[in-house]
Amino acid sequence: MKLAVASGKGGTGKSMVAANIAYALSQTGPVTLIDCDVEEPDLHLFFPAPSTTCDVTVRVPVVDESACDHCGKCGAFCQYGALTVLPDRILFFPELCHSCGGCTLVCPKYAIREEPRRIGMLGISAPLPTLTLITGTLDEGSPHAVPVIKEAKTQALGGHVVIIDTAPGTSCPVVEALDGCDACILVTESTPFGLHDLQLAADVAARLGVPAGIVINRSDGKDGETLRFCIDHDLEVMLTIPFDREIAAIQSRGDLLCRERPEWQKDFSALYAKCRALAGVDT
Amino acid sequence: MIRLAVISGKGGTGKTMVTAALARLLKGTLVLADCDVDAANLALVTSPHLLSTTPFMGMKSALIDPAACVKCAECEAYCRFKAVDWLGNVFRINPFRCEGCAVCTFVCPVKAITLQPRQTGEILYSETARGHLVHARLVPGAGNSGLLVHAVKKMAMEQDRTCDLFLIDGPPGTGCPLISTISGVDAVLVVTEPSVSGVHDLKRVVTVSRQFRPRIIVAINRFDLNISQTKEIEAWCREENIPLLGKIPFDPAVIEAVRAGIPVTDVGASPAAQAIQILAAKLEVELTNLDNNR
Repeated sequence: MKLAVASGKGGTGKSMVAANIAYALSQTGPVTLIDCDVEEPDLHLFFPAPSTTCDVTVRVPVVDESACDHCGKCGAFCQYGALTVLPDRILFFPELCHSCGGCTLVCPKYAIREEPRRIGMLGISAPLPTLTLITGTLDEGSPHAVPVIKEAKTQALGGHVVIIDTAPGTSCPVVEALDGCDACILVTESTPFGLHDLQLAADVAARLGVPAGIVINRSDGKDGETLRFCIDHDLEVMLTIPFDREIAAIQSRGDLLCRERPEWQKDFSALYAKCRALAGVDT
Repeated sequence: MIRLAVISGKGGTGKTMVTAALARLLKGTLVLADCDVDAANLALVTSPHLLSTTPFMGMKSALIDPAACVKCAECEAYCRFKAVDWLGNVFRINPFRCEGCAVCTFVCPVKAITLQPRQTGEILYSETARGHLVHARLVPGAGNSGLLVHAVKKMAMEQDRTCDLFLIDGPPGTGCPLISTISGVDAVLVVTEPSVSGVHDLKRVVTVSRQFRPRIIVAINRFDLNISQTKEIEAWCREENIPLLGKIPFDPAVIEAVRAGIPVTDVGASPAAQAIQILAAKLEVELTNLDNNR
C-alpha cells in the first residue's frame, strides 16, 4: 500500500499527518516514510537519526568542441532554450535543461555526450527499528524537483507500508509524488484559503485516478463549508484534529503527537485503515 | 519601481495574509502579483474586479496520430519521461508526464508524432482598491508553474510600469516557481514561523535567495506559539545580519478576516493588525533606503 499525503495549501499539516501515521503504524510493523517535499523536506526533524546519503544526478550534455562545427541543430532542437550556439562556441544553461537527451540525438557530428550533474541528494535512515525514512533534498538553487522525487520514490522497499509526504501546490512535484499511489489523504484547514486549495488538490487526485479522503486540521469547529464541499464531492472526512495550543507546541518543537499523547495512536491507525478501505485494500 | 516578493520556504506561514495587509499599508502606487500560481489565494482577500483574462500556453505536448503510427515503439524507447503508454493496441502520450521535449517527434520513422500547443492556465488582470492585481489559474496537475510565474510578473511590470511598488505574493518551496518569483526583485520578505520546520525552511530559502542578491528581510508570524524557537530565529537573523522587521502574534482575528475576505488590518484594532502596522512602517523605511541607494 502506497499512501500519499497532499494538501494544495501549504502549512496545513501534511508532514504532521504523515509522520504520525508512520509512527503509529511502526508500532505494529515495518513502515517506509518518504519525504517528497524535496524543496523543503522537514520529516527528518521529527525523526532525528544518522543517515547515509547519496547524490541525485541528472544527465546533462557536454559538447566536444573539437568535433562540433557549430551547425546549430542542437540549439534549434532544444525546446527549453538550454543550448545557445554561437559561431565559435556553445553556451549551456544547466538550470533550463530537462535531460531529455534530444541534443545528443540530433547532433550530426556525434559531438555531444552526457555526464551526470548533481541536483540533490537522498538520505536514508532508520530512526526506529521498524521505520525507514527516505528524504529527498533538492540542492538550494536547483529548480528541478521532479527527478529528486522520482529517485526518492524508487527507494521504497517492497512489501512495506509506504507513506509519502508531498510538496504543497498542485503542479509537477505533486503529480510526480501522487503518481502510482493507491490512495491519498488531503489535509486541509477550514478557511477560505484551505478550501480553495483543497478543491484544486482534489481535482488533481481525481485527474490522476488516486482515491482521496480528507483530514481537517486545526479545526475551530467552523468546518461547515469544508464539510459541505466534501459531501458534494463524495469525499470522506476521515479525521478532524482540533486547534489546540498544546498540539501546536508539540509540532513546533519537532515532537510527535502520537509519542507525546499516545491516545492519538488509535486515531492515526484508524485513519490508515480508512485509507486502505479507500484504496480497496481490505486486509 | 521597487520590487518586493513575500516568500516563506515553508508553506502556510501567512505570506498571503501579510501581503494583503502590506498592500493596504505601504504608501505610494502599487501593482500586486500572486506568483503562488499553484494555489493562488491573494484574490480571496483583495476583492478583485476582473478586467481581462489571457490564456497561458505552457510547454507543448506530443500527440501521436494513430492512423500514421506503425507501432514500432521507438518513441517509447527514447522517451525519458515514460510518457508513452502502450494501451494494448495503440500508443498514447500521457499528458501529465510529457515534458514537450520533441525527442519522440525526431525518432519516429514515419513522422506520426507532432508537438501541439496546450493551454495550461490563464492569467487574470484585475482591479483592487489598492491597484491592479495580476494573478493566474494553473490547470490542476499541469506543469510549467515557473513559466506561468514569469508570465504573471511580466504582465504586471508591463501594464503598471510607473508604479512605486511591485508587491508579489510568492510560492512556498525553493524550486522552479520560487526561483522564477525572486529573480530580478529588489527585496524579499521572508515570513517564517517559530517551529523546527519553519526555521529549517527559512534557512534554505535564504540560501537560495542570496544567489539572486536581493535585500533579505524577515518577519515571524505567530511568534508567541513557541518563544524559544522565536529566540532562535532572532539569534540567527542577528548572526546572519538579516533585519528582523516584525513579530506578529497568533491572533484569531486573522482567521476571521480571511473568512470575511479582507486583510486583517481592515478589521479594526487587533494584536496581529497592530504588529503588521509596525512591520509596514519599518518596511517603508527599508524600501526607501533601497530606492535611494540605487
